[in-house]
Parts: sequence; structure tokens; C-alpha cells
Amino acid sequence: MKWLVTFFETGVGKKLLMGFTGLFLILFLVVHLVGNLQLLKDDGGEAFNTYAHFMTTNPLIKVIAYGNYFFLLLHAFVGISLAIYNRKAKGKRNAVAFKNPRVTWASQNMALLGMLILAFLFMHMGDFWFKMKTGQLNVVDYGNGEVKDLFSAVSASFKELWIVIAYVIGQIVLAYHLWHGFQSAFQSLGVNHIKYTPFIKQFGKWYSILIPLGFAILPLYYYFFK
Amino acid sequence: MGLNLKLKVWRQKNNKDEGHFEDYQVKADEDMSFLEMLDVLNEELVHEKKEPVAFEHDCREGICGACSLVINGRPHGPNAATTTCQLHMRHFKDGQTIVIEPFRASTFPVIKDLVVDRSALDRIIQAGGFVSVNTGQAPDGNSIPIEKNRAEHSFESAACIGCGACVAACPNGSAALFTSAKIRHLGLLPQGKVEEGTRVANMVAQMNKEGFGMCSNIGACEAECPKEITLQNIAYMKRAYIKATFSGE
Repeated sequence: MKWLVTFFETGVGKKLLMGFTGLFLILFLVVHLVGNLQLLKDDGGEAFNTYAHFMTTNPLIKVIAYGNYFFLLLHAFVGISLAIYNRKAKGKRNAVAFKNPRVTWASQNMALLGMLILAFLFMHMGDFWFKMKTGQLNVVDYGNGEVKDLFSAVSASFKELWIVIAYVIGQIVLAYHLWHGFQSAFQSLGVNHIKYTPFIKQFGKWYSILIPLGFAILPLYYYFFK
Repeated sequence: MGLNLKLKVWRQKNNKDEGHFEDYQVKADEDMSFLEMLDVLNEELVHEKKEPVAFEHDCREGICGACSLVINGRPHGPNAATTTCQLHMRHFKDGQTIVIEPFRASTFPVIKDLVVDRSALDRIIQAGGFVSVNTGQAPDGNSIPIEKNRAEHSFESAACIGCGACVAACPNGSAALFTSAKIRHLGLLPQGKVEEGTRVANMVAQMNKEGFGMCSNIGACEAECPKEITLQNIAYMKRAYIKATFSGE
């Protein structure tokens, strides 16, 4: 197994981990957004609460959720350790810093953006996930047994201005992270081809705008229109 | 005409020295190359009985990879696809201040002034950047059939002169572009394909051992490379290394 250890000691191995975990998290964001869009349904939270109940009780989803936590932590851990290693490898920098227009700002600040996302996640999960898991929520019944009323907690939070601002900022940070991260994940897996890469890059740009925008609309909608 | 230029040049006695910038005035001609402008400066310094500025150069025609320098923050200066020796003074304005620094990376320790030790790149080549079969005499042209596109791509990678501008441009100090260009150059050809697995394993291991940073797909290397080596090379290296690790014996 020494060969596998050697592999993950190299940049190729570490970035393969970053790429795979990153793509998993990218898929997770889609599923998470599709579910959350039920907040836009004007039914007093029935659809959202039923969905939240399903997501926290279905055994298959539970397994995927634990995988998700693990991949997220792995992504963060490897990413931060890479940033520290690379800073040391560069050593002293040039006095004149030139910014090449072909190089994106996001690509050079992925660790910073990532740590901000992590901070946002602590806030986000402390607010909803923690309440959902520790039973601080009321229960409601829509005719199929009791479910936790996460909807009331969410709609109450989204009435607080600072929370709404934090969510919007969190999504802007996420957009920048994805702007580099989406196409970079493919390069890390060795996928760079004249036929596919232009499409991947274009798709990645749309993805990195539309997904965070979709998330950001929810607190804004609740703050201004509910 | 001629240009009056203000230079801020990095001076450093040796690897132990802290180093500092020194200001110089130099009169240059538009037709001079950047290195010829430095030659003029050095002649003046020698005339004044001062220590000339140490910088590396050899072929002065853009193919040997000896010249380096970070000029106003850019490895090999402001022009795309140009080495320092092929950079001409007509691209600078009269009265302009030019800041000249060495290539920076922890793996490129400064030897003196603008000269850095790039032997880490040589050791990466020694680890596997060769074909170890006896090639005998020069074969007849086209005696080994190679597809046109393949030959072209291999040649693009072979254009790498090993100057280390990619390492200098990279905020991580990574040598992935250099190493991958050598791997792809040989790997695309039938003579080099045979040993690709061991080659990529050994060269990547050596790159790691030297302490080069890890590529995070920023693309500053590709943007500054005087030979326009692309990130496709790095993706090729990744595929070859992953294949060698998981399917090699």
C-alpha cells in the first residue's frame, strides 16, 4: 500500500482528491437547491417540511449525507494543507506583483474563499441543521404523521436582516469559489480536451452564477415579499 | 533617439545575503535586446570599478533557456511568447522605470544578484526525462510512422526550453508545466511511450522531493511561458501518472 501513500503525497494525488470531492459537492449543491426551492411554494411550508422530513429520515439519504460531511471535511482539510504547503514552496515573492488578465482572482484565492464558505456553513448549519437534529423545533401534521416544522425556523431567520446579508455574502463567496473550482476539478482529474473543455468551462461559469443565485433568492424573497 | 531608463535591480552578494534593490540610470538603444541593455550597464559599472550585475545568458536567440529575470513583475518581461534575450528595448518608453528581479521560488535559491540555481529542474529530467533504448544511427525519415497530429503535439511540448518561467510565474512555485511538457513530449512518440509509466512516476516523485509547489490550475505558468506550453500538458501528466499508479506494477 506504500504506492497509494506515495500517490497521495504528490500534487497529482492531492488534487485528484480535491477534484472528486469538489465534484461531489457540486452535485450536492444542485440537489440541495432543488429541494430548497420548495420554500417558494405558497403552502405554509407543507412541501418544504415534508421534503425536510424525507431528507432526514430516509436511510439512503442518511448514508449519502454522512458521505457528504466526510467529503466536505476532506475537501477543506486537503485544500488548506495544500495552500499552506504551496505558500512555503513559493517562499519569497517578487516585489512587483503583476496580475495577468488571463489569471482569475478566484483561482489565486481558493483557500481564502473556501475558509469563508466553511465559516458560512458553520453559521448555516448552526441555524437550521443543528435545530433539526437536536429537536428544538415544533412538530406539525399534514395527515401523514408528525414532521418537524423546519419551515417556521427558516422563515423566521430570513426575516432577520443580518442573516439575509450573511446568506447573500455567503453565496457571492461560493460563486467565486465555483468560478474557478468547477473547471479546475476537471483539469485535476486530467480532463482537458479540445472537444470538451470549452463546454466544461462555459457550463461551469453558468453553474457558478445560477446555483448561488438560486440560493440567494430564497432569503431575499422571504425578507422582502413574505 | 535612445532611451533614458531608470533601473531598479535586485542585488544580492550570495545565498546568505539579505539582498536589496539598487537604482541605476542607463542609456539604451531601441534596437538593443534587454540583455544588451544590461551589458551596457555592466560595462559602465566595470568602468566605475563597481561589481557588475550577475545575470544568466547563453544563446541569446531564445532557444537555450538560460536567460531568466522577472521584469516589472513578469518572468521574461511584458511580451507574450518572448524570452528575455529576445525582448527588445523598443517595447519600453523613454524615462520608464524598470524593476528587475530574479525568478522566485524556494526551489530556486539565489546564487548571486539575478542568477538563481535551477538545477532542481535538471534533477527532474535526470529522474526520467529520456529514452533509454539504444537508438543506433539516425534512422531514415518516416521509417517509424507517427500520426501528424501526434507529432505536432509532441513538438509543441518539446518547444519547452526548461527556463523555469512557469515556476517563477506560479504563485505556488510549481514545476508542473515544465515536468508535464517533458513527459508529454516523449510520451506521445512511439520511442518514448514504452517507458512512460516509470518515467512519469519517477519525474513526479522527483518534483515532489525537490519541494516544488502543487499545481492548483491557476494558469499563470501558461500565460507567461515564452514557448506557450499549455495546461493540456499538465492534464496529460495527471492522466499518465494516475494510470501508472493504478495500473502499473
